[in-house]
Amino acid sequence: MPTSQTRPTSTPRVGLFVTCLVDLFRPSVGFAAIALLERAGCTVEVPPSQTCCGQPAWNTGDVKDTRAIAEAVIEAFEGYDFVVAPSGSCAGMLKEHYPRLFVDDPAWAPRAAHLAARTHELVSFLVDQRGLERVEDVALSAQVTYHDSCSGLRELGVKAQPRRLLASIPGLSLTEMSTPETCCGFGGTFCVKYPDISNRMVADKTADITATGADTLLAGDLGCLLNMAGKLKREGSAIAARHVAEVLAGRLDVPPIGDAPPR
Amino acid sequence: MQPQSHRFVEAAREAVNDQRLRKALGNMKAGFQNKRAATIAKLPEFQDLREEGRQLKNHVLANLDAYLERFEAKVEESGGTVHWARTAGEAREAVAAICRAAGARTVTKGKSMVAEEIGLNEHLIAQGFTPIETDLGEYIIQLRGELPSHIIAPAIHLNREDVEETFRAHHTELDPKRQLIEVPDFTNEARLILRRRFQEADVGITGANFLIAETGSTIIVTNEGNGDLTQNLPRVHVVVTSIDKVIPTLEDVSTLLRLLARSATGQEFSAYTTLSTGPKRPGDLDGPDEFHVVLVDNGRSALLGTEAQDVLRCIRCGACMNHCPVYGAIGGHAYGWVVPGPIGAALDPGIIGVEEAHHLPNASTFCGKCAEVCPMKIPLPKIMHYWRVKEFESKVQPARYRRGIGFWAFFARRPRLYRLGARLGMGLLGRLGRRRGRFRSLPLAGAWTRYRDFPAPEGGTFMARYRQSGKSGR
Repeated sequence: MPTSQTRPTSTPRVGLFVTCLVDLFRPSVGFAAIALLERAGCTVEVPPSQTCCGQPAWNTGDVKDTRAIAEAVIEAFEGYDFVVAPSGSCAGMLKEHYPRLFVDDPAWAPRAAHLAARTHELVSFLVDQRGLERVEDVALSAQVTYHDSCSGLRELGVKAQPRRLLASIPGLSLTEMSTPETCCGFGGTFCVKYPDISNRMVADKTADITATGADTLLAGDLGCLLNMAGKLKREGSAIAARHVAEVLAGRLDVPPIGDAPPR
Repeated sequence: MQPQSHRFVEAAREAVNDQRLRKALGNMKAGFQNKRAATIAKLPEFQDLREEGRQLKNHVLANLDAYLERFEAKVEESGGTVHWARTAGEAREAVAAICRAAGARTVTKGKSMVAEEIGLNEHLIAQGFTPIETDLGEYIIQLRGELPSHIIAPAIHLNREDVEETFRAHHTELDPKRQLIEVPDFTNEARLILRRRFQEADVGITGANFLIAETGSTIIVTNEGNGDLTQNLPRVHVVVTSIDKVIPTLEDVSTLLRLLARSATGQEFSAYTTLSTGPKRPGDLDGPDEFHVVLVDNGRSALLGTEAQDVLRCIRCGACMNHCPVYGAIGGHAYGWVVPGPIGAALDPGIIGVEEAHHLPNASTFCGKCAEVCPMKIPLPKIMHYWRVKEFESKVQPARYRRGIGFWAFFARRPRLYRLGARLGMGLLGRLGRRRGRFRSLPLAGAWTRYRDFPAPEGGTFMARYRQSGKSGR
């Protein structure tokens, strides 16, 4: 594990992969990501032609549209030292699934592999690549619980890194759910194609969250968060849901997900 | 039995609202998950064994024909007979013919998923035989006229009260005032009833967990010993098995046996592991006079060379469904066919067809837990995805999904149009949602808002704010 002594002294150029959900629903997460990356010594650019990683088409079995979108992403992000996304599922799409899309294409396969090699989820990038051990200038009095989003956990090994950084925040205590690694039931199109099953899964998850006694729910994927926050609100819960990047960057001026702005 | 997988959505809805099922599934999860975790924690080489298992089975699948022919030669050498069945129909008829030739009336059965798959019991009954299930779970569901809901624990969907109800209704010759509360009460009663059946049977039908090419043996793994009584007491032993069960040597089988019980029930080894090699030899004290193996293909060889091939590595442990949050929410019957859970989602489209089974590979979040626990490292989500691609290509999916994705992709591939639409759409939603921060209901989002509130977007999109205010966003 890199320490501050071995922290890379170079200033890598990072292309931020915003993700469609952050772009559409919660831009603050994107700005929090930029702040964190800059504080970790990176220069950050946002290629303007990006829209989405293509998962909706991919999960529907629509290979043709996925390829078209993937080619645009590969092109837009060529030239950056790293490609970082505040989402395990989007980073996983670029890293694990793009190479499969182009496995039979001698022109695109190396380009997809090159993108995959440079792609990271945000928090694991900060800790594993930039050697970040703590976040500075952030204090938050909160009892937090952390949901491990499936793709980040199982495709990219995101588990200890967010907990490590959260542990460095004065005032913040973390209580684990009994099953933080169990799927929340979002699954992209799954939650609207099979709403009854998805509801059972998210209801089990919110029961687990509530049982921790936490006042704040954090995770690294906005899809999961919209799903869990939506259920918590429907249940009348006062638990605040945020993307972990917002907390790590100390950008708490935006209300929690699904909450109204204070009057 | 006729697959009901096309009814998946309705069946799943009924299942999530079934409180008794929920209780049973909760017990299952706590039992199987915790026991497996505890047992594999004690075996440091478990992950290495998984890799060995994967390589072993891949080698077999690359040479399946050779190993099956070797197995056949060895079975015949030891006095048995192998029957090759391409389809479910051929398999049913092969078994029925053996029973007819044996002049059978009562036929006892050990647990066999393949026998369920080919609809063997229905066929035997139609042909005038009486099949009796001897695995306790299978026996219970046979009495209830139900299908198995789990590949190793067929009655897992039932609570003790359900079983008591069933036993009292069917075992009318016993004292109605008897106690049926603790597990031994049930197992002793089943034992009493089944003992007579074991002794009456003319033919015993079992499945096989593995077939060993080296010796021409079949192996069954049980905790109840019912398999042994099924195969040893009658004059004729018939093994009904799928072609993907063949393994080269006894040594190889030991590797897989080390993975199987741990992954299935958290036992290090099941109570009985029984090898059968041919019929009774001169001088043997007991054993059947005839030994038959019915090899069932039923669509499996067609999976070789496709992206779904890896499902044939399955050793039927059930770990995938024990850990799957979707199976945990709905149980096995909602899947509508013999093999439920993640392995069902990956296998069933290849056996009963993509159209009948189309919901199964779609009813997954690709959380990946199944692949994480599979002892044979089957990439289950990847195979489910393969079926989704096949469905999309053959237009099996409902038209509205294709149109929806087509509509979305049109915009996602055109950044300027996308930005415009996003700015307008999110701007409107943001304004409408600002006061409460969320929507209780929203046009076009009924499937979401039926059960959840819809969080309001912040209002401006990231890309618009970035263009305006740069990296600070302020």
